[in-house]
Amino acid sequence: MSSLQIKNLRKSYGSVEVLKDINLEAESGEFVALVGPSGCGKSTLLSIIAGLESVTSGEVLIEDVVVNDAAPKDRDIAMVFQSYALYPTMTVRQNMTFGMECRNIDKATQNETIKRVADLLQIEPLLNRKPGQLSGGQRQRVAMGRALVRDPKLFLFDEPLSNLDAKLRVEMRSEIKKLHQNVGRTTVYVTHDQIEAMTLATRIAVMYQGVLQQYDTPKAIYETPANVFVAGFMGSPNMNFFDAKIVAQSDQLGVVIDGGDGAVLPLPSDRHSTLADGQSVTFGVRPEHFSPAHDRRAERKGGVSVVVPVHVDMDEPTGAETILMVQIAGQDATIVCEPDGAPNPGQDMDFEIDMQKISLFDPESGVRL
Amino acid sequence: MAEATHEAFDPLATGSRRRQIRAKATVYGLLLFFALLYLSPLFIIVMNTFRPLEEIVREGFISVPGLLSSQYWLEAWSGFCLGGTCEGVSPYFTNTLLMTVPATILSTAFGVVNGYALSKWRFKYDTWVFGLITLGVFLPAQMTLLPWAFVLGKLGLANTIGGLVLVHTVQGVSFTTLFCRNYFVAVPDDLIKAARIDGAGFWRIFRRIILPLSPPILIVCVIWQFTGIWNEFLYGTVLTSGTNQPITSAIVAFSGSGTGQRHYNVEAAAVIFAALPPLFIYLIGGKYFVRGLTSGAVK
Amino acid sequence: MPENTTPTRASWWQKLTDWTPQLVLLPTLFAAAIYVVLFSLWTLWISVSQSTLLPNMAYGGFGEYAALWQSKRWTVAYQNLFLFGTLYVLGSLFVGTLLAILIDQRVKFEAMWRTIFLYPLAISFIVTGTVWRWIFHPQTGVEKALNDVGWLSAQFDWITDRDMALYVVVFTGIWHASGFAMALILAGLRSVDGDLVKAAQIDGASMPRIYRRVVLPTIWPIFVAVTVVLLQFAIKTYDLVVALTQGGPGVATTVPAIVVYDLMFERGQIAQGAAAAVMILVGLAIVLIPYVLWTGWRARKEGQNHG
Repeated sequence: MSSLQIKNLRKSYGSVEVLKDINLEAESGEFVALVGPSGCGKSTLLSIIAGLESVTSGEVLIEDVVVNDAAPKDRDIAMVFQSYALYPTMTVRQNMTFGMECRNIDKATQNETIKRVADLLQIEPLLNRKPGQLSGGQRQRVAMGRALVRDPKLFLFDEPLSNLDAKLRVEMRSEIKKLHQNVGRTTVYVTHDQIEAMTLATRIAVMYQGVLQQYDTPKAIYETPANVFVAGFMGSPNMNFFDAKIVAQSDQLGVVIDGGDGAVLPLPSDRHSTLADGQSVTFGVRPEHFSPAHDRRAERKGGVSVVVPVHVDMDEPTGAETILMVQIAGQDATIVCEPDGAPNPGQDMDFEIDMQKISLFDPESGVRL
Repeated sequence: MAEATHEAFDPLATGSRRRQIRAKATVYGLLLFFALLYLSPLFIIVMNTFRPLEEIVREGFISVPGLLSSQYWLEAWSGFCLGGTCEGVSPYFTNTLLMTVPATILSTAFGVVNGYALSKWRFKYDTWVFGLITLGVFLPAQMTLLPWAFVLGKLGLANTIGGLVLVHTVQGVSFTTLFCRNYFVAVPDDLIKAARIDGAGFWRIFRRIILPLSPPILIVCVIWQFTGIWNEFLYGTVLTSGTNQPITSAIVAFSGSGTGQRHYNVEAAAVIFAALPPLFIYLIGGKYFVRGLTSGAVK
Repeated sequence: MPENTTPTRASWWQKLTDWTPQLVLLPTLFAAAIYVVLFSLWTLWISVSQSTLLPNMAYGGFGEYAALWQSKRWTVAYQNLFLFGTLYVLGSLFVGTLLAILIDQRVKFEAMWRTIFLYPLAISFIVTGTVWRWIFHPQTGVEKALNDVGWLSAQFDWITDRDMALYVVVFTGIWHASGFAMALILAGLRSVDGDLVKAAQIDGASMPRIYRRVVLPTIWPIFVAVTVVLLQFAIKTYDLVVALTQGGPGVATTVPAIVVYDLMFERGQIAQGAAAAVMILVGLAIVLIPYVLWTGWRARKEGQNHG
């Protein structure tokens, strides 16, 4: 049974269409991350699922019931807001019981539920405080507690971690993941942070300019991005894109990076079917798929690699790894490598590319080839 | 936050000792000068409510008082004659009270609900509705005098306190709606969304979330409306007459009446009665009033 | 639970709930439509009707406007308003700014000073005018006091002097309004980043220069807002003049609002009174419309800057 289904959804404000023909489905218990840059329509989509915005056309189904015209309170959902939206004049306990109070649930059940959730989130000592007396992390917990007391069909999260500092964000991230594993409810989670999406989700929906670009597992999104946008958005540092051409060499197809020495980078044979000799392509390589040539890393792992000469402009050591700003065939690129044996700025060095992990896109449409 | 950084800095505590003293002297000197200027009318008028009339006539308002008596307060409250009735300002004081209290409560109540509906529930043409209501803030009273006189006549409210309550409520709602709407705009929309998901409707959200956040703006509305309506003069003069007039009109009538001797001391006491309630309200709530008023203006 | 309620009842109830905000606003909207639109059009129509002592709704043309602008009393009142408005606003801003800066120096008993300067705002124009009339009047006020202490040649009779009476009104108006200006400007000063002042001090600027060049320019929107509010007060000014000078001596302190009242209720020239009221509205519009457009423009610009 799918617990959330979105069919041919469109949303316009006047003449501006902010969501264009969205189709999406989440199985029961799934964790779906809606990810994309600001203004991509992900928050609007979440608001529509919550019933806080109306749809222009299309359908939203929760547990196979069309809820297009149902008020938020009738959808049996719970939501955690970016701003937490804790009622400032109520205590933590009142914040959590307010929803049950609106639904006329008796006091005994209320107390029992509060006890259970407070235990789960370890917020018992905070129950009689007001939100203003809580730290950022505590507010975050209470906001989740307010959602958990409801035991709804659907959990909605709207960028819940973006107001926390970096360290706390990582802690709360794993806490949310643990919580989802314990509670097992279907969850829709909006974020602009692709790392959050990758770490938490069972499936990721990447959105851009109101269009659903790709909806797949984190692994698939990372390894076979559907287009240049998804490839560039997911992954940090960004994927490198080179202008290049396909060249046929005997029965082997290869890639030649524009502006270089014309060296042919042979492609694995399973990539040949859609490509033709002389075709222009965008050649995408993730920074972490470069490695120093003398390491032979790709080969050791059973991959196929080719060697390219690289000129290092600048380095950014982060401790665990070193990020290199380099030039390959005169085009700017970024490489991530281990700090030991990393070249110095100004140095020339050979790097190999793991050819099994590269992506090719059509330079016009940006679609994966 | 800005206040905190600002308070951490004391410009008068820098530089040489001598410069500091000179700067402090200038600042406090000027403050004292202005404070005396602002307080002197109050002081003079209070003093003269205790002085016998012939002493005021002989020496003027500004002089060292000789004999002091509190009888003029009594005379002002319930003694002096105006237009044939000799009950002092008390009936007019009552009139104003009966006009101000209901009009303040009604206009504030409407304003809070309006402001909430306009700021937190989007609907078609909501900005037009808000625009129309706020136009009432700027419309000069002169434009509405004749229509009001006509409408109150038709409603059977001509020359009644009830008529003035209606006028001040309708006019005041423009102000209170403007104040409340601008105040509630700053309340995060997410709170309303969260409450709707929790299952609360329009009125429950109002009662449980908006009202508990409202005391600062309620104080602004009440003070603004109370002082404004209490001190209003034009409508009172045009729309009521005789013993139905509010106190401001009575004061003007009193000081303009009587061809003979002016009763300065009694007049002064009457003036104090007219000024006292708004002054009292302001002294209790003025701190919150300034805070509430400026929280909107600075943004 | 949507399953428990029948769909028709749910949607009926849902509809009513959806319309609650509009229903709540309805009484106010109705009142505002009558008060703002109908009343204005009504007065506008009276101004071009044949009304005299009583309303007569037959069309009479724009003759009353012509007559109004030909009457000496009205043109003097308009000139008075112009002079009074300018001096009242500038004076209140100046005194208000000065007081705000003084209080901003981390003075002791700040709340007390603020209360003293703001209390006139709570007092009616009628009371204000009455009290200052006594103080300004030569027979009861300052001149009398000076004469009594032995300075026999002292003269302070502005309130009865045709050329000076208007300045008495200006002074009293400033006494009443400068506290309001002070409160808003002080709030503005408090919102200025303290680091700005520190930076200017390190640059070697003196305190007066820091305020003039750095602090006050950053809060100019507050000055605009205060100016507009005060101009509005000025154009509507009526009670203060009635209580202080009753428009005299002669017509020296007559303002448009007084002319309106006299025409409508003393002289039985309702149409001309309405025409004068319309002219007050025009004056207000001249002040307010540019301000509204400007704030709208600023809000849009800010919206763009924030993306």
